[in-house]
Amino acid sequence: MKAAPFDYARPRDVGEAVKLLAGAGEGGKPMAGSQSLGPMLNLRLVQPALIVDLRGIEELRATSETTDAVVFGACVTHADIEDARVPDPARGLMREVASNIAYRAVRNRGTIGGSLSHADPAADWPSALALLGATVILEGPGGRREVPAEKFVTGVFETVLRTGEVLVGVRVPKVSRRARTGYWKFCRKPGEFPQAIGGVLDDPERGTVRAVIGATRGPPHVLGDARALLSRPGDAALLALADAAALADDAYDRQLHAVALRRALERLPA
Amino acid sequence: MTAKGVGARLPRKEDRRFLKGQGEYVANLRLAGMLDVAFVRSPMAHARIRAIAKPRGREAEVFSAADLLGVRPIRAVSGLKGFKASDQPVLATGKVRQVGELVAMCVAPTRAAAEDLADLVELDLEELPAVVDMIEARTRPAALVHEEWGDNVFLESLADDDLSGIRRDAAVTVRRTIRTARQHMSPLEGRGVICEWNRRLDQLVMHSATQMPHINRAGLADCLGIDQGSIRVIAPDVGGGFGYKGILLPEEVCLAWLCRKLGRPVRWIEDRREQLSANANCREHHYDITVYADARGRLLGIDCEATVDSGAYSSYPFSACLEGAQVSSILPGPYKMERFRCRTWSVATNKAPILPYRGVARTGVCFALEVAIDAVARALKMEPHEVRLANLVQPGEMPYLNITKKHFDGGDYPEAVRRAARMIDVAAVRARQKRAETDGRRIGVGFAIYCEQAAHGTSVYFGWGIPMVPGHEQCAARLSPDGGLELRIGAHSHGQGMETTMAQVAHSVLGIDPENVRLVHGDTGLTPYSTGTWGSRSMVMSGGAVAAACDEIAGRVKAIAAKLLEVAAQDLVLENGHVRVAGTDRKLALAEIAHVWYRKPQLLPADVDPAGLEATAGYKAKVDTGTFSYACHAATVAVDTETGHVEILDYVVVEDGGKLINPMIVDGQVFGGTAQGIGTALYEEMPFDAQGQPLATTLADYLLPGATEVPAIRIDHIETVSPHTRFGQKGIGEGGAIAPPAAIANAVNDALAPLGVEITESPLTPRRIAEAVMKARA
Repeated sequence: MKAAPFDYARPRDVGEAVKLLAGAGEGGKPMAGSQSLGPMLNLRLVQPALIVDLRGIEELRATSETTDAVVFGACVTHADIEDARVPDPARGLMREVASNIAYRAVRNRGTIGGSLSHADPAADWPSALALLGATVILEGPGGRREVPAEKFVTGVFETVLRTGEVLVGVRVPKVSRRARTGYWKFCRKPGEFPQAIGGVLDDPERGTVRAVIGATRGPPHVLGDARALLSRPGDAALLALADAAALADDAYDRQLHAVALRRALERLPA
Repeated sequence: MTAKGVGARLPRKEDRRFLKGQGEYVANLRLAGMLDVAFVRSPMAHARIRAIAKPRGREAEVFSAADLLGVRPIRAVSGLKGFKASDQPVLATGKVRQVGELVAMCVAPTRAAAEDLADLVELDLEELPAVVDMIEARTRPAALVHEEWGDNVFLESLADDDLSGIRRDAAVTVRRTIRTARQHMSPLEGRGVICEWNRRLDQLVMHSATQMPHINRAGLADCLGIDQGSIRVIAPDVGGGFGYKGILLPEEVCLAWLCRKLGRPVRWIEDRREQLSANANCREHHYDITVYADARGRLLGIDCEATVDSGAYSSYPFSACLEGAQVSSILPGPYKMERFRCRTWSVATNKAPILPYRGVARTGVCFALEVAIDAVARALKMEPHEVRLANLVQPGEMPYLNITKKHFDGGDYPEAVRRAARMIDVAAVRARQKRAETDGRRIGVGFAIYCEQAAHGTSVYFGWGIPMVPGHEQCAARLSPDGGLELRIGAHSHGQGMETTMAQVAHSVLGIDPENVRLVHGDTGLTPYSTGTWGSRSMVMSGGAVAAACDEIAGRVKAIAAKLLEVAAQDLVLENGHVRVAGTDRKLALAEIAHVWYRKPQLLPADVDPAGLEATAGYKAKVDTGTFSYACHAATVAVDTETGHVEILDYVVVEDGGKLINPMIVDGQVFGGTAQGIGTALYEEMPFDAQGQPLATTLADYLLPGATEVPAIRIDHIETVSPHTRFGQKGIGEGGAIAPPAAIANAVNDALAPLGVEITESPLTPRRIAEAVMKARA
């Protein structure tokens, strides 16, 4: 369990990082907190020729806020969000999600950008940020572009990132004062990867009701209009949703996803 | 009971280094010129080896079986009739028989470089059908693990009896198929080996995280074809064993050969990936069990066919059959019954060789029997703990020879159940069950009771045919010139706290402060022979030997003191590090007496024992069948029937370990064992696919119980002193790991009984529970 040899670079700005990654092609990998990449390197599941460490880029650790949104630099850690060192545009949901990611030691180093880019279906940020209607900001040899979070992840460990492109930030729109959120996931034990994620956002002031079914065999499944869920449909309706969305393997998987969604709904404040 | 002797809750001396991260484990050792080894391990469970291609230009750094000339395979042959012997080559020869089997050894300045080199070795393997399921391995084998056998059975045994009468008379007959999953033992420290050839002493020195250095030495001598005097095995601090380190490893033999070949020290440190992918080696049993009872819940008898998945090879020294042999002798547990029949098969499969994991077969048989007994209770609409009370051996019947001729030395089994029932408050659970939970979960309570044989000796192991038979245990004790005591024993701590408990024994005999007692253990060059630390034997056997050696030293000390103080030896008492004339204040410190022996022999009595202040004494428990500790565990659980998640709401243990040498350490043993039992009950499982590939090869998939899974465990003690041991102590190390799967399964089944659900497979994963509920509702 020792990594295969690799070259290591620690650029000081995004431009340099893009140039290094574009130059390395398939053989290059960006690294932030290394909480996913580290074990993969040690298990020799990946053997990149070049690792580009992004943590030396100050811009990626910064957070900025406007009246409508908060923009998190890619290297903001889960602990930063958990500890409220950065604003929470979701009025507590992002803090709640952050505080239940893995273990505190992992949260001290794991980053929001890394979580999104790695696109592990069991990760929290791809589902939570898709629910919040966030936008992912990418930078590559072709310049800067933005992709809605719900379109960013395309499959298991698959995103729209092109060679040489790196995720530099994520913009999360602020929810309104009367917005309600509910998020529930099932883990076999606290800190482990969830087997099902359910999330609901009800923001009447913005006219938005969204839901997400996550930890599936594909990308997080977003219901852009989840109004029907607020009237608490029965189990059959939820199971049907889980079926359509979750690409679930079997009856138990399907049930878990339906239960996650229902329990997320139950967590909406009255 | 004193503040520092037998019975004291003395804080552990060894914790001073352990809690500061200053322990010295194999991986901490740095030897000059040391090279690191990485093994090429088989990617297939069963295959013929066609070729092993070493990377061009690096041939001298890679070694396969063909290079290990003169090295003999590991061979552990059970003495039981019908046992099929086989060889375990240290590097695969002809065939590979499990994923992870050693095929080649790569050596480099660092482990990373050795792994790079291992990646370059090419294996040409012809895949064979994998033997994975133990029932099919015996009844419908797709292939033979050891072709020369003609089948896949290491050993079959039958303890026969005539059940025709009870079959006829039984009011209740409960038949169940019960499975326990394969597991991994998961000590915090994995295996680790460093070998060097000491030229001055012309001796192989092996540092290894082992539980039995003297046994490893003997095994190495056999495999390398050298005399034992040429081998020294040293176990430094060992971070947990649980049986995982009670084995002669092929890795050890390989490195021992290599260090001599290269003339440099070589090291292999097992990493977690290796541990999980190559070494899931315990707990996998299958039971077809039938329990016959009368209308009052009295057990008439048990009929059982049990299978133990013993893996590909017979591990040294315990052999492939220890667990199977145990099953038929301990399945009846602490109960009385009229008839008992048990057939067992120890079956070969393409998996890691079985090793005895804390509790050994007892965890599985407790699970099988206790789950069946709860089924009997439900059939009769009796409380499960009442059925147990109706069948346990009573205190008035002790000592009791049970149906499989186990000699229970003493104890009050029913009292353990009664106390557990009170502590867990069955009545309150029943009342709660009548009210629905607001969160929709289902509540249940479950019990499990067992008795555990420990420190059993010569005749028992000989009877089980184990190639390693323990005899007497020795301790070599000596007082240093300044009155300190050094104790050398052959057992070795890998978590038991012996540096403290043996010092407590010495304090009780000699009156010496435990701070002035030093325990030397783990080194074959410095200690008496011992079969090592396993089977909960050390406190009885080594503890008894320490006391015997201290008795001898006490006699020597008193003889010298009698001369110096001009009294009769029998007028002297040993206390507080001094020898005092009884009824007076006249005393001499042990240090003063030692000073006379070493530095002023002119003052010694003329008839002084010339052996001086050094003595070796041996010890064995009065009966070979050892001691029987016992405990009742009870658990209350909340089951989420939609997700299948189980939360343990309360967990109690009522245990009797006889006289407890250090009750704090015993509590620690119970907590730790119970945590492992919770792992077995709810989390730990190594599944294999049809090709014999292990599927949970990282800790993301192989779930271990942690702080969030283990509740606050409440312990109560009963103390029934054993008549057969020096202080009345009984072996207690394994008990905690025996009962939890049964207690928790019974609690879950109690919770789900109204839904018509009964789980008979461990671990009780959320999937298994939820699927059973879905199936019952369909």
